[in-house]
Amino acid sequence: MSRGMSRGVSRTARRRLPLNAGAALVFVLSAFPVYWMILTAFKPTPEIQAETPVFWPSSLTLEHFATAARADGFAQFWRNSLLVTLTCVVLALVVALGAAYAVARMRWKGRRAFVLMVFVAQVAPWEALLIPMYVIARDTGMLDRLPTLTLIYFMITLPFTVVTLRSFLTGIPVELEEAARVDGCTRSQAFRRVTFPLLAPGLVATSLFGFITAWNEFAFANMLIIKNQDDRTLPVWLSSFSNVFGTDWGATMAASTLFALPVLLLFLVLQHRVAAGMAGGAVKG
Amino acid sequence: MNRPASAAGARPGPPGDGPARGRLGLRGLRNLWPYLLIAPTVVGAVLLLGYPLVRNLLMSVQEYGMGELIRGDAPFVGLANYWEILSDPELWEVVHRTLWWTGLNVLLIMVLGTLVALMLERLGRVMRIVVTSGLVLAWASPVIATTTVFQWLFASRLGVVNWALTRLGFASFENFSWTANGRAAFVVLLLLVVWQSVPFVAITLHAALLTVPAELHESARLDGAGAWRIFRSVTLPILRPVFGLVLCLEIIWVFRCFVQIWAVTGGGPDRATTTLPVHAYRIAQSLHRYDLGAAVSTLTVLLLLAVLIPYLRRMLRQEAEE
Repeated sequence: MSRGMSRGVSRTARRRLPLNAGAALVFVLSAFPVYWMILTAFKPTPEIQAETPVFWPSSLTLEHFATAARADGFAQFWRNSLLVTLTCVVLALVVALGAAYAVARMRWKGRRAFVLMVFVAQVAPWEALLIPMYVIARDTGMLDRLPTLTLIYFMITLPFTVVTLRSFLTGIPVELEEAARVDGCTRSQAFRRVTFPLLAPGLVATSLFGFITAWNEFAFANMLIIKNQDDRTLPVWLSSFSNVFGTDWGATMAASTLFALPVLLLFLVLQHRVAAGMAGGAVKG
Repeated sequence: MNRPASAAGARPGPPGDGPARGRLGLRGLRNLWPYLLIAPTVVGAVLLLGYPLVRNLLMSVQEYGMGELIRGDAPFVGLANYWEILSDPELWEVVHRTLWWTGLNVLLIMVLGTLVALMLERLGRVMRIVVTSGLVLAWASPVIATTTVFQWLFASRLGVVNWALTRLGFASFENFSWTANGRAAFVVLLLLVVWQSVPFVAITLHAALLTVPAELHESARLDGAGAWRIFRSVTLPILRPVFGLVLCLEIIWVFRCFVQIWAVTGGGPDRATTTLPVHAYRIAQSLHRYDLGAAVSTLTVLLLLAVLIPYLRRMLRQEAEE
């Protein structure tokens, strides 16, 4: 470690070089797998099978996407995944909003215990619950059914949703609501007309997390959907890519790209909006 | 995770104190509201989290195989299942491996994550945006998509990693099968999990670093402190609480890690990548010994408690401060 005062620009420049080189390395290492996935998905088959990898293809093709889309049950698995994910997100938001409001805006006995329960639930060892869930689902006739997955994903995402919405809610001054109530609004009117609009970015940010969790979930989907193969979700289908596509890496990467697309897009679109919304809310507040 | 930084500061006094205003008659109903609002959450947690946990505990002291699953009644066998798994030398191998797996992963993740965070702080604006977007890309990539990509990167034939290593002079990597060799499969999984986890650590720690006031650095430098000294006495103390939280979370995540291992190696080859969660799953699914699987799961939870308790204490302390 060098120490002491630097003297002037040449030293800073010399110091910047390894720093920027390191930054470039980190960027390449973190982005390359994603780049390689998308590139392979669009690459003509001969270039995928070239002994020397082609890092910049001569032409692009949609053939692999067509292969992926023609795979058995492709549309069905998309429908299943979207259905499970969206219902889980909506359910978690509605339920969590109530709980978050109670924690952030009301004083009541047992509040601290409830918050503690939410924290504990947030780090619940879900992987350890695969076996009892399987047995319970079997006993109650919930095996091989998508609503079972929705319920489990709802519970997986709920604690985080409560915690995050709570902290968004505490960020919105309670005085705004109180002023509305002085003006004659009921508590629920005040919430609907004043707080809820300000909370919208928070809801968006929180649902992003819920969406990602449910969209990705593999272990329970793999454990609880067994006989009824039509009810599988995308992650389970994609994990068995070698049964579906063999060593057709183009099609596998096309399917992976399509699977990753909603999440990556949501991230790109929403992150900006969430940040902007939060800044806007802070200024208005 | 992403607690907005502004939320803590903007909290306006004790909530709900204001509007009591003497409407005592309605008070009973009013006091019921919070409980009605949390009821769905509590019911959900009890049915979908509490009950399965209890059921797991129960199954671990019952004889619960395929027959019991179909018939529905299971005899109580006390601690026999625990005895059976604890006296199985394979379990100790798995525990040993799980600790190594967790330790190595977490060490790499925390060291690399901290280095990247410190780097981000020193970068110019453009470079910082470039690196952050790369990190977010890795962070946001769905786990299963990433596992298929890593299998492609490390494919024995046409895989770009084998090509690169061969080009670098390691001829033995030509058509090397990463998943056929226990240690190699372990390395692939390690790289996969580290790749997925470093962005969260780096971005969170970088956000924490931003809260270090610049004047503090300035005055330390004026007092003649060197870079290492500044890091140790200014940066580190401010970073410590966040660092502790992130460390706990990473330990929990890596320890529980199941999907990546199951999707890439299925715990193989020859069980070389079987960690505790994979072990429990395997016993239950392929041997239909739900009782033993439940016992292993319970042990997993007990081991996790060692990390969970400090984590929860930190969360509660933070909660009390707010």
